[in-house]
Amino acid sequence: MEKTACIIDVARLNFYYGKFQALKNISLQLESKKITAFIGPSGCGKSTFLRTLNRMNDLIAGARVEGKVLIDGRDIYAQDMDVVELRRRVGMVFQRPNPFPMSIFDNITYAPRMQGQHKGLDDLVERTLVRAALWDEVRDKLKSSALSLSGGQQQRLCIARALAADPGILLMDEPCSALDPVSTLRIEELMQDLKNEYTIIIVTHNMQQAARVSDYTGFFLSGELIEFGDSNKIFTKPDDKRTEDYITGRFG
Amino acid sequence: MRPRGIGEWLAYGLLYLSIVLVTLPVAAVLFILVSRGYSAISWEFLTAMPRMGMRAGGIFPAIMGTLLLVLGTVAIALPLGVMAAIYLSEYAGRGRLNRLIHLAIVNLAGVPSVVYGLFGLGAFVLFLKIGVSLLAGCLTLALMILPVIITASEEALQAVPQSFREASLALGATRWKTIWNVVLPSALPGILTGAILGVGRAAGETAPILFTAAAFFLPRLPKSIFDQVMALPYHLYIIATQVPNIPQNVQYGTALVLVALVLLVNASAIILRSYIRRRRSW
Ligand SMILES: Nc1ncnc2c1ncn2[C@@H]1O[C@H](COP(=O)(O)OP(=O)(O)OP(=O)(O)O)[C@@H](O)[C@H]1O
Ligand SMILES: [Mg+2]
Repeated sequence: MEKTACIIDVARLNFYYGKFQALKNISLQLESKKITAFIGPSGCGKSTFLRTLNRMNDLIAGARVEGKVLIDGRDIYAQDMDVVELRRRVGMVFQRPNPFPMSIFDNITYAPRMQGQHKGLDDLVERTLVRAALWDEVRDKLKSSALSLSGGQQQRLCIARALAADPGILLMDEPCSALDPVSTLRIEELMQDLKNEYTIIIVTHNMQQAARVSDYTGFFLSGELIEFGDSNKIFTKPDDKRTEDYITGRFG
Repeated sequence: MRPRGIGEWLAYGLLYLSIVLVTLPVAAVLFILVSRGYSAISWEFLTAMPRMGMRAGGIFPAIMGTLLLVLGTVAIALPLGVMAAIYLSEYAGRGRLNRLIHLAIVNLAGVPSVVYGLFGLGAFVLFLKIGVSLLAGCLTLALMILPVIITASEEALQAVPQSFREASLALGATRWKTIWNVVLPSALPGILTGAILGVGRAAGETAPILFTAAAFFLPRLPKSIFDQVMALPYHLYIIATQVPNIPQNVQYGTALVLVALVLLVNASAIILRSYIRRRRSW
């Protein structure tokens, strides 16, 4: 799968849960092989936005999308779009860890096995677990249940599982919210490391993290994209007063 | 503290009483069956053909008949019911038509079994010309337990966390692969519960097989699925009401065998279910 020149182009995107409008007229472009962070208060629509990019919201009854989302130049909401193919291209780590009730090994190899890969799985498991900073903790119990792991370990397992599918674009919804500082640091290193091959979009409540790892940052408020741009600029001299209030903690 | 203590005692007492009231009749039935039927049970009784107008010999063909009926019924109803449940729960959505279908299926569970028997007679025996046979009986019984299996399977599927489906779909799995690899395995214990309930009903009912499968007296095993069979519940009905001078312990013994058979089948399904549960949670 080619991973060059991957661009996400969102134009006038509206999203509704039934009558409730969760995203209002979002337009932005995301560059390939960069890390983009989205910040904003709880309930402002960050997860909803992320889930419009791999059409995870399709599963929600009564949900409705307006506008355009182009990925690799293709309108992902077009009639002829293959959702399965889209989701192979756009991987996701969910806000709440959601390992399958299977062994650690089976969790990680789920996507490759489904795509017909049955060789080199041991290597793949080790490689992805090392990358997700989990290998040392689970190397001796790959056959035991993923559900026996702690919350933070489960989250890292889900990261490894997403990596094993080899997406190209990776959506990460607060991947570090359940992690200790050391693991968090490892995941941030992982993101930097992945930047050579992946386009990463991350939602975080941690301002320092957004400032540390991201190239671009977007600030959401009540379903609107208030400001979007270079992370350095957003975190040093934002254009919008509301952005400044939020990142300096004077919000509310 | 005191009134609260009395309330606690009262609630506990009532709940305890209800358990006694529920278990007492069951225990009484078992006690009567065992004490009066025990003397009839012998190796010959279990493995021999009936003789002398069913007054002597054994009930082997009836035992085998019921086992075959149950086996065939489950073989038909379980796959069909699970597939229907998958459609209703995973594909159909929540439209008005589908809610109607769901409601109809739930209500079918309450239809008296004799109605299924008559339907089986009309549809399978006469219209499809299968004749009174093992096959017609299995089809009729399958129809009867389908609602139970569908309802239980649907509930089991619905109880699988949505996050499992999301995780699988987000990894690029198709809907069917998601169902097959993640949803169904998690729902299996619940589906088996439905099958257990169905087996119990299929084994014990007389009315559905009365016109479709059961032979009054047939001292041999069926040669094909188009043969008639003897069956325990029907045999019991006959020796209890239609044939004079049957020793009482033979009647109770037959009932005892029927109950034991149902318990045995259920117990093995329950063991299988707990095995699956254990294996899935490591
Ligand atoms: N399935 C749903 N049905 C209806 N409304 C929803 C649903 N999911 C989210 N919402 C609503 O949409 C809005 C945006 O939710 P979203 O989960 O995108 O917020 P968020 O920015 O990710 O918040 P958090 O930081 O707490 O994760 C909220 O007001 C929420 O109540
Ligand atoms: Mg969220």
